[in-house]
Amino acid sequence: MSRLLKWVRAHLVVLAGILALAYLVLPNLVVLAFSFNKPVGKFNYEWSQFSTDAWTNPCGVADMCGSLALSLQIALLATLGATVLGTMVAFALARYRFRGRAATTALIFLPMAMPEVVMAASLGTLFLNMRIQFGFLTILIAHIMFCLSFVVTAVKARVMSMDPRLEQAAQDLYATPTQTFLRITLPLVAPGIAAGALLSFALSFDDFIITQFNSGPTTVTFPMFVWGASQRGIPVQVNVIGTGMFIAAVVFTVAGQWLANRRKARA
Amino acid sequence: MTEQQPEAATAGGDVRLTGIGKTYGDFTAVQPLDLTVPQGSFFALLGASGCGKTTTLRMIAGLEEPTSGTVLIGGQDVTDLPPYKRPVNTVFQSYALFPHLDIFENVAFGLRRRGKKDVKKQVESMLELVELGQYARRKPHQLSGGQQQRVAVARALINHPQVLLLDEPLGALDLKLRRQMQLELKRIQTEVGITFVHVTHDQEEAMTMADTIAVMNAGRVEQLGAPADLYENPGSTFVANFLGQSNLIAAEVTGSADGDLLLSASGVRLAMPKARCATDATKVYLGVRPEKITLAHASATGDIAEGRNRLQGTVVDSSFIGVSTQYVVRSEGGQEIAVFEQNMDRDIRIAPGAPVVLHWNPAHSFGLDAAQAIDAGTGEAAA
Repeated sequence: MSRLLKWVRAHLVVLAGILALAYLVLPNLVVLAFSFNKPVGKFNYEWSQFSTDAWTNPCGVADMCGSLALSLQIALLATLGATVLGTMVAFALARYRFRGRAATTALIFLPMAMPEVVMAASLGTLFLNMRIQFGFLTILIAHIMFCLSFVVTAVKARVMSMDPRLEQAAQDLYATPTQTFLRITLPLVAPGIAAGALLSFALSFDDFIITQFNSGPTTVTFPMFVWGASQRGIPVQVNVIGTGMFIAAVVFTVAGQWLANRRKARA
Repeated sequence: MTEQQPEAATAGGDVRLTGIGKTYGDFTAVQPLDLTVPQGSFFALLGASGCGKTTTLRMIAGLEEPTSGTVLIGGQDVTDLPPYKRPVNTVFQSYALFPHLDIFENVAFGLRRRGKKDVKKQVESMLELVELGQYARRKPHQLSGGQQQRVAVARALINHPQVLLLDEPLGALDLKLRRQMQLELKRIQTEVGITFVHVTHDQEEAMTMADTIAVMNAGRVEQLGAPADLYENPGSTFVANFLGQSNLIAAEVTGSADGDLLLSASGVRLAMPKARCATDATKVYLGVRPEKITLAHASATGDIAEGRNRLQGTVVDSSFIGVSTQYVVRSEGGQEIAVFEQNMDRDIRIAPGAPVVLHWNPAHSFGLDAAQAIDAGTGEAAA
């Protein structure tokens, strides 16, 4: 008994880790498994037969790959816009004193704090009143807006924690303000910018609520497609895309870790 | 290093500050001051934290904009030049090495910014000078404090600045390493012949390394001079207490004879050379350094030579510290006086409670105006 207790005590952390991992990964494994299913009827909820149909013909469903392309396009542009704007806002807030700074600092958190559906509806109303045609542009503007606060938060933390003497040292060593920014400031803040950009991409890619309220009749993003399809039965190909995204995320994370470790070991 | 010397030597490296001052709103960090640092000298700005020494240094570097006055380096007015256009380099407190660049690139940074193409040889010989040749590809965080400090020096020196500014460069090192680096820096300075301006709060460090020390207090330069000069002839109670330790005895001038001032310290007659008294006031402090005083047991009073200043007292405390013994003696007047005696012929009768006579050569006394606070500069003196 006491030996068992000892074993449990020694391995409790590992056990908890495995359980947490299972909790996180099991849904993805179910998605993976059902991407090889050949469902009977419209719904892909019950296992019937193994098949690679969906994998060999991922774009076989009408409009699905088009919506995927649109989502990727919006996510990339939103990430770019939010990262550039957010980085500039973060620097302004961290470095300068100006009128309205306190208000900006508070307001920048609003998109994170506000219920998404409220923000989505009010944005939709705004676009409507301004007579802006709903479509690609409105979705993009909405996405940049809600991604912005995440980028600002990530970058600002990084800028604030940076030793101001590093930039002074660069200037002391003949670097002009531009050179100082490009060679010292930017590389040191880069991890914050990267974190903000990754978050933006993920948030924009899978956003449904805000997109739903601000899209036009021809702009159907991937989450909107899945939602629409779920009424009639989700095609197996959605599982294929889901699995693909999951694998891409895992590869990305592992590669990042590996690179960081290698850099640490080499340095 | 030899190929680098001519460039540094021909460039005028004297620093001239005229009326330079800095205020932040209502707070005056540096009172307008004039200061000339001659070419090739090792100059120390010494003072407690918050005395304005670092602000002064940063105004020379261009990292702080002076509220008034001008900065001239080698005859050129650089007051309005940004830091990257000034012929000075700084060794920062805590070094400020670029964490994302390796040691080689840290050292090469200044050369590259000035468009030098072939930096490899220079960087390598610079790293040899500071004995870090094999660490070129390491990152700063993989080096010890002392090694990082040497990188910071190499990174600044490789640019052959006309003036090298050092902002408490040894503050983060432990005592033993600090002593070693003091000698190292002094060696490098002699070797390259560049003007060094060194900011420190450590009086021993300033005296060990500098040719000239400016003692700063509350935004002003209290006194300027060679270390020995400052130590022997302090001009204020702050300097007397901040540089080493001083016994200051309140006394009144009663007359003069043969170039000596005759004094009375609560009835006890003392003397000091007129030339060593920094004031004309009648109420003065007679100062004497603890190591200049000799202790004699009260029963041996007869052996003391004529013409020496004498004070009677009782030993309160004694502590043996190897090369010397430090005594605290309470004088008749009730003042505690510190005495350092070398451990040569120890009189075992001199122990706490023993009646003693303190005596010293009047020429070893100095005089200060008694209108000042007697304990100015004592608080940080040990730092």
